[in-house]
Amino acid sequence: MTHATAAASQRIGGTIGRSVRRIDAHDKVTGAATYADDLLAARGPGLYYGRLVRSPHAHALIRSIDASKALAVRGVKAVVTGEDTPTRIGLYLKDRHIFALDRARLVGDPVAGVIATSEEIAEEAARLVEVEYEELPAVFDPAEAIRPDAPLIHPELGEYEVVNFIFPKPGTNISEHFKLRRGDVEAAWPQCEIIVEGTFRLPPIQHVPIEPHVAISLWEQSGQVTLWTCSQSPFAQRDLIAQSMGIPHGNLRVISPYVGGGFGGKAGVSMEACAVAMARAVKGHPVKLRMTREEEFICTNARQSLEAHTKIGCDSQGNLLAMETRYIFGGGASNEYGVNIARAAGYSCTGPYLIPNVKGDSYCVYTNTPVGSAMRGFGMPEIHWGIEQIIDQLAEKIGMDSAEFRRRNCVKTGETILTGMEMPAINLEACIDKVTEAIQWDRREPPSAPHKRRGKGIAIMWKAPAMPPNAGSSAVVRLNEDGTVNVEIGAQELGQGAFTVLAQVAAEALGVPYEWVRISAPVDTRYSPYEWQTVASRITWSVGNAVMAAAGDARHKILAVVAEHWDEDPADLDIKDGLVMSFKSEREQPLEGLVVYGLPNENFEGWKGGPIIGTGNFMPTYVTNLDFETGQGTRAVVHYTVGAQAVDLEVDTETGQLEILKIASAYDVGKALNPDLIMTQIEGGAVHGLSSAFEALKFDEKGRPLNNNLVDYRIATVADIPREIHGDIVETPLEDGPWGARGVGEHVMVQTAPAIANAIYDALGIRFSDLPLSAEKIFLALQ
Amino acid sequence: MHTITVTINGAAEYLAVRSNMTLLQMLREELGLTGTKNGCEAGECGACTVLLDGEPVNACMVLAVESDGHQVITVEGLAEGDELAPLQESFIELNAVQCGFCTPGMLTSAHALLQRHPKPTEDEIEEAVLGNLCRCTGYVRIVDAIRDAAGSSASASGKGGAR
Ligand code: FES
Ligand code: FES
Repeated sequence: MTHATAAASQRIGGTIGRSVRRIDAHDKVTGAATYADDLLAARGPGLYYGRLVRSPHAHALIRSIDASKALAVRGVKAVVTGEDTPTRIGLYLKDRHIFALDRARLVGDPVAGVIATSEEIAEEAARLVEVEYEELPAVFDPAEAIRPDAPLIHPELGEYEVVNFIFPKPGTNISEHFKLRRGDVEAAWPQCEIIVEGTFRLPPIQHVPIEPHVAISLWEQSGQVTLWTCSQSPFAQRDLIAQSMGIPHGNLRVISPYVGGGFGGKAGVSMEACAVAMARAVKGHPVKLRMTREEEFICTNARQSLEAHTKIGCDSQGNLLAMETRYIFGGGASNEYGVNIARAAGYSCTGPYLIPNVKGDSYCVYTNTPVGSAMRGFGMPEIHWGIEQIIDQLAEKIGMDSAEFRRRNCVKTGETILTGMEMPAINLEACIDKVTEAIQWDRREPPSAPHKRRGKGIAIMWKAPAMPPNAGSSAVVRLNEDGTVNVEIGAQELGQGAFTVLAQVAAEALGVPYEWVRISAPVDTRYSPYEWQTVASRITWSVGNAVMAAAGDARHKILAVVAEHWDEDPADLDIKDGLVMSFKSEREQPLEGLVVYGLPNENFEGWKGGPIIGTGNFMPTYVTNLDFETGQGTRAVVHYTVGAQAVDLEVDTETGQLEILKIASAYDVGKALNPDLIMTQIEGGAVHGLSSAFEALKFDEKGRPLNNNLVDYRIATVADIPREIHGDIVETPLEDGPWGARGVGEHVMVQTAPAIANAIYDALGIRFSDLPLSAEKIFLALQ
Repeated sequence: MHTITVTINGAAEYLAVRSNMTLLQMLREELGLTGTKNGCEAGECGACTVLLDGEPVNACMVLAVESDGHQVITVEGLAEGDELAPLQESFIELNAVQCGFCTPGMLTSAHALLQRHPKPTEDEIEEAVLGNLCRCTGYVRIVDAIRDAAGSSASASGKGGAR
């Protein structure tokens, strides 16, 4: 069923727009919810465990691997090395081996995997694997890695398989260069009254889900392969691992129970492929591979570092005229995802502003650091950090209120944005109005003590789902004897509330109470319908459309049976609260029974109907490629979600400590399908954004991690949260969203750090261009 | 191997455990009580919080043998049969649950608090869950839910006025 038909059946009744209870909450408060590590939790004969042997060097050639001592340990079953996985793997760019083949590219790169009857034995044996390395010069800083004389991390870059919208530069560390050219910046600079220029740096940070990565794999003699793991991308994992290891897609089954926090860190493939490769070495035995918290920090994916050089100018009226920017993302040892982050940062490089003349260059470069990958915001928190501080400075220099400056220059519905695309309907000005009102923007308030300074800051944002142009979703809606409904999807519940919202969509589109709907979980690629990935804040929109189509299909089939039975026109019938009713004849028929057994003809002379199953899919068909030289094209992305945040804070000048008094957020979500779930995203995002401003993965000069534990890498605790978090929802419907809805899961933390930086400037008159912030840094700047 | 007797969620269990086995491993791997989560195995995240004689402890930092002769309560033991505890109801009602991985530890920490202080202050609530990390919720609803379960009204300094 096409999306257009589903859209025609959009009705608003009981469930949409209501803050119904989370469908997963009961399981989660009772301890019944199953996560990957809970599977095969009991030790038992036949269950094996894996540990990875990891490179101690940031960059080294692997000369030889001798596993004989490890193999001699009692209980060790096999050792797997790069020679067992010679084919490359990667999402957009196949630039990685499952186990390092001839070269290790970061401290922690897996070079071998030991399989044993217990985790302890595997751990002990892993220490006995002898690897001979030849150390190579390493490079950690993106600005150094991009230089022509930098140590080359991927000399074979030219041979790698890559999608047609990513452009690596063989012979350099550049895995992607996205160019945006619009108007004529050189001609525009002389017309600018004020120009502000700056360099902004962000360190790599970690997602820190509370659940570490776990993967269990079983390779059966028949060639059937199963991978149980905590995954945002069961289907993408199936695709990438199947391709790399030569497994038919139909033979590889990826099952993912609840995910204990993802934030992008469980998207794509990281350690999961190691588990599959290890399982192949001990066919018939499941192999369980769990990351320790230390490994989680450096051996799974991280958010990349960024060095941004940005210059923006405006005229004397405060109209933005020109921008020139160079983003260099430190993508880490492999850039399979990072390349698309640099691309997204390139085509959105202006932030949410209309600037007629733009020259943008966005690079992803290899560095000998943890693999850069998707993290909540996908490049947007990184670029907004600099943009939003420069915007503040321009407003100040031109003598305009910075909120007003943003209202004037922010992108508006129908405008032609930097890529040449027409901006779909949004209302960013309304978001700015909401947060300035909530924070009492115009009121200067005194600090609570003489040694404290108080300040307010604002920042705005945009973000589009960054994905291949044709990322698709599908859904199946199955009705049961009693009228309850099972909805099958390949989308994942990471905590964001996807299962709840998709159940609401199914209930509403079908015409049954929300309480009748169940989501068929866990996601299992053998039975669940296809889903690209649970990323990019695209689930409510994309899967929502697919579920709507599937429920619409089921509804259509039910109405056809009943209409025939009553000899009426299906157009006169509807389903409400699980009852089929006719507007015309006012007859009623419960779904119960009918949806499985059909309806009997008069005098039981035969039957009509049968078990009802609805199917539906959704795939955007309208995204176009962008010109390689200019980044111009008709439709760069599906849509943007926009929003604003304002921060009210105090700085203790004796300690440099920040106290966040209030964060006010407002986002244009199109339509709030479940308003309170959006509020919980807004709250969680504000704290995540605040926390991220103080986070950094730290390494010594050899690239060895210095803070890969939760004591030295602190994330926000309950003691760190703002005194108040305020949220507002703006609803400008999205043309192709279910009831107008668009995603907001990532956006809620994109601009928090620059909003804080702007508030600190307001309080102290000091700007911080590099993250992380710390009380010490603020204190020293005050001296 | 040591033979131990532990009362877990009210029922006596007789177990043979290795001397280096942690209480967390015992619960998850020997007894199949997987509600208690492993987030770090280093005493840093609080996901493994259980109650040992009513006191919240990180089960990853306690040896199984140390529980010999003691009472352990896990998240599975909070409800009375099918009847959820008020804390669990409040966590559901106020959407204090997102990914749910911190939830068992949060609930057990909060349960211990409410046993000790049925009407906790804001500071007491904060202190009770200070060692429980949550990456999803921003803690706002968790604090709200604990306060709600205690039936106490928000104090003036009330954090989390999100709604
Ligand atoms: S698992 Fe015990 S504190 Fe983290
Ligand atoms: S709900 Fe995910 S860590 Fe707390």
